[in-house]
Amino acid sequence: MKRRDFLKISGAAAVAAACAPKGAQSGSGMTADEGPEQMLMRENPVNGDKISALGFGCMRWPMIKDADGKDVIDQEAVNEMVDYALKHGINYFDTSPAYLQGQSEKAAGEALSRHPRSSYFIATKLSNFGDQSPKASIEMYHESFKQLKTDYFDYYLLHAIGRGGKEAYRKRYVENGMIDFLLKEKAAGRIRNLGFSFHGAKHEFDAFMDMHDSGEMHWDFCQIEMNYVDWTHADGVRNVNADYLYAELDKRGIPIVIMEPLLGGRLANVPDGIARQMKQREPDKSVASWAFRFCATYPRVLCILSGMRSMDPLVENVQTFGHFKPLTEEELAFLEQMAVQMKEYPLVNCTDCKYCMPCPWGIDIPGVFQHYNKAITEGTYAQNTQQKDYAKLKKAYLVSYDRAVASVRQADHCINCGDCLPRCPQSIPIPGQLRRIARYVEDLKQDLL
Amino acid sequence: MLKKIRVVLAWVFWIGITLLLLDFTGTLHAYLGWMAKVQFLPAVLAVNVGVIAALVLLTLLFGRIYCSVICPLGVFQDGVSHLGTRKSKAPYKYRPEAKWLRYSVLAVFVILLIAGVQAAVALLAPYSAYGRMVQNLLQPLYLWGNNLLALWAERMGSYAFYTKEVWMRSLPTFIIAVVTLVVVVALSFKGGRTYCNSICPVGTTLSFFSRFAMFRPVIDHSKCKHCKACELHCKAQCIAIGKDTEHIDYSRCVDCFNCVDSCKFDALQYRYAWGSSSNKAQDKDEKDILGTSSSNKAQNKDEGRRAMIAGTVALVGAAALKGVEARAQEAAKKVDGGFANLLPKQAPEREVPVTPPGSASVKDFYRRCTACQLCVAECPNNVLRPSGDLEHLMQPEMSFEKGWCRPECTRCSELCPAGAIQKISREEKTQYHVGTSHVNLDLCVSSSGQANCGKCAQVCPSGAIQMVKNEETGLLFPVVAEELCTGCGACEHLCPVRPVSAITVNGKFQHV
Repeated sequence: MKRRDFLKISGAAAVAAACAPKGAQSGSGMTADEGPEQMLMRENPVNGDKISALGFGCMRWPMIKDADGKDVIDQEAVNEMVDYALKHGINYFDTSPAYLQGQSEKAAGEALSRHPRSSYFIATKLSNFGDQSPKASIEMYHESFKQLKTDYFDYYLLHAIGRGGKEAYRKRYVENGMIDFLLKEKAAGRIRNLGFSFHGAKHEFDAFMDMHDSGEMHWDFCQIEMNYVDWTHADGVRNVNADYLYAELDKRGIPIVIMEPLLGGRLANVPDGIARQMKQREPDKSVASWAFRFCATYPRVLCILSGMRSMDPLVENVQTFGHFKPLTEEELAFLEQMAVQMKEYPLVNCTDCKYCMPCPWGIDIPGVFQHYNKAITEGTYAQNTQQKDYAKLKKAYLVSYDRAVASVRQADHCINCGDCLPRCPQSIPIPGQLRRIARYVEDLKQDLL
Repeated sequence: MLKKIRVVLAWVFWIGITLLLLDFTGTLHAYLGWMAKVQFLPAVLAVNVGVIAALVLLTLLFGRIYCSVICPLGVFQDGVSHLGTRKSKAPYKYRPEAKWLRYSVLAVFVILLIAGVQAAVALLAPYSAYGRMVQNLLQPLYLWGNNLLALWAERMGSYAFYTKEVWMRSLPTFIIAVVTLVVVVALSFKGGRTYCNSICPVGTTLSFFSRFAMFRPVIDHSKCKHCKACELHCKAQCIAIGKDTEHIDYSRCVDCFNCVDSCKFDALQYRYAWGSSSNKAQDKDEKDILGTSSSNKAQNKDEGRRAMIAGTVALVGAAALKGVEARAQEAAKKVDGGFANLLPKQAPEREVPVTPPGSASVKDFYRRCTACQLCVAECPNNVLRPSGDLEHLMQPEMSFEKGWCRPECTRCSELCPAGAIQKISREEKTQYHVGTSHVNLDLCVSSSGQANCGKCAQVCPSGAIQMVKNEETGLLFPVVAEELCTGCGACEHLCPVRPVSAITVNGKFQHV
């Protein structure tokens, strides 16, 4: 896009924004021509739910240490964020019994129950990854009510199905009678919408769409991973491109909830060269705002979940969605270019969801990957000993590695047992990637690069 | 003037050696390493003829300058006695030479040295004593200070400082360091150079030469008013001023020049005095108060070892039970995040101690090592620590709970002043086989089918470990090619089995 076009478009957007009805006031990050913020809302065409396009993912809330040194959610921070979110129009909260060492639902219930139940939508999941017996699964379902202090769920998901196809689905939900149980619960009104979150390959997704088409199951909604990288650049073998998923769901009129719009924050912190190109076009807009606008540009998208860790991303995202401008065709093409460029970097696909944790051998898997990715995106990782500043980069990598991950939890301790493999929604070959990083560190230490 | 020069030089040496013992980054030894190498006992053990000859010559020429400038323990005592006698106008008084004590300590020392009882040698040798005190007592403070800076640097996003773990490497050595400090301070606080002149074997050795020193402080009888100012300021307590006599015991004079400085009548001068007679005092009827003998604790040791094995077995059992329990709980509900609890690693029993690459053999290493703790203080991988074994008490050994002997590191070999660890290059390091790994199949998670591991085979830098199949169970277990294994400890350190690894290194007597 040429600068003149850009000015034209942003000018038009400013006019549009100025004409929009007055919403909640927020001062930070607002430029003069943007007018008051107004949360972008979407309507569920099936039941008329008016849902904020920005949803609150409750998987990345801040943890602190309690008196016994145990990790607990910082409830005070959560309350503050939830209050702010509701005040600024965010009304969709997505959690799970498995998140944050099993504490997410309780924290969400605590924070949300201070507000009228009709002012927000709750989404939670049947996360029966461990014990899949009917007893344990039903217990988990009932426990969610207690934790969330509610007597109905607006959106209820079969958590992370897809991998293992129909077979795995049958084991987790059909053979133990859970699907019948949940349908009864839906009929009783305790579940308003029943859907699933998906991670897997194309043929696995097709199987679930076939169920929908044949009437075996009616999916009220579907949660998929979508962002401008996964749009056409998912690995294609174990994960399917989002453009395909979107088209299939759109065709059937199934509302879509988006997860990982930022790939676990990686699209908020892209490699320097890519960030520069984005800033060149939109100097005042954050790198992350591009990723959110990408998802929200597609009309079938009901809600885009963001696992906001603190007030800062929350305020920033409220700005993005409060002054929303859809992307133009040209801008979509630009993001596609960025996605292609991003594939050039040897990043690990980790979104820091921590599904792989705890590793039975004590490795801090997401910690190792996050540190490695950070060094690459910041351009602070040494590539060869002949490089200028090699000694400095080497020290920076090794010192920051020790700071980020305790030495007994670093990559070199991975024994390649593969326990983590089935748990990774991104299908990262975790032991192989850990070994690659351990090799890199070893090469750094021995100056063999 | 002379005293000022002495004080300045002493500060330079003392700070240099202290920093060398504190530094953990490996940057200082390139500049200061020589200060350790000119220490007397390490030079003797390293058979560093050049240094020994130079020190003897120095003493023959100028007296025991070594004791006042080069020896860090000597300078340390000067500092302590300076504090102890600051307010006193007449801090010292002549004391006759404790001949019997001096020579018997030296004799015992030489016998122990020849017999290779290095623990006792290290107990007495001044440089070893000083290194022990600094490494055990001062380095932790230094590291904590560094860690504070590292914390600050982390906040500032700087990599200038990094955190270094502070840990107790050996309790017995720590206790001995504390006792050493107490004894040295107690002796020197009011007593000046009592240690140097009645116990220190290096001091006694040098005294043989200092008697004949070419340059020495000499009292001019015609000018001396017998005011005793020099005697009262001699921290070696070796100047006797009578009514009409004056005497200096050059065997004990450490050339501090306090006397020269204190004489108001210009009667005392440091000058050329080759061949003039010296000793004529009433050195008889000495009573040695300090006669001590080291007791034998071998039996206690054995009991202690037995208790330790029992404790280890109990711990292993408890850990195994705990693991089972944890897994049972895990299966019930799988939640995301958190860390598996890791038990800290424990050192296995090693029949033969592992000593660093660069030492030709275990015997050679322990024969030369003065237990100065320099290598222990510097080891960046937390591998070296003082031995708790009575036979090699305080002398370093290797163990791999906190790290392994990395291929790119040759730091201890560059540092060792005693030649116990010869200087080697990275390439030469691969030629040293300091130990051999042994697999305990009862603990191994691969051979028991607990997990598909193979970590040790994957990390072995010399490719000495391979996973082979047990034909009966169909499970893989590691085997070690002894001739390839260098004993670096990578397998032991990275073995996932805790607290005692399933693969452990046992030392080899001969390394090359």
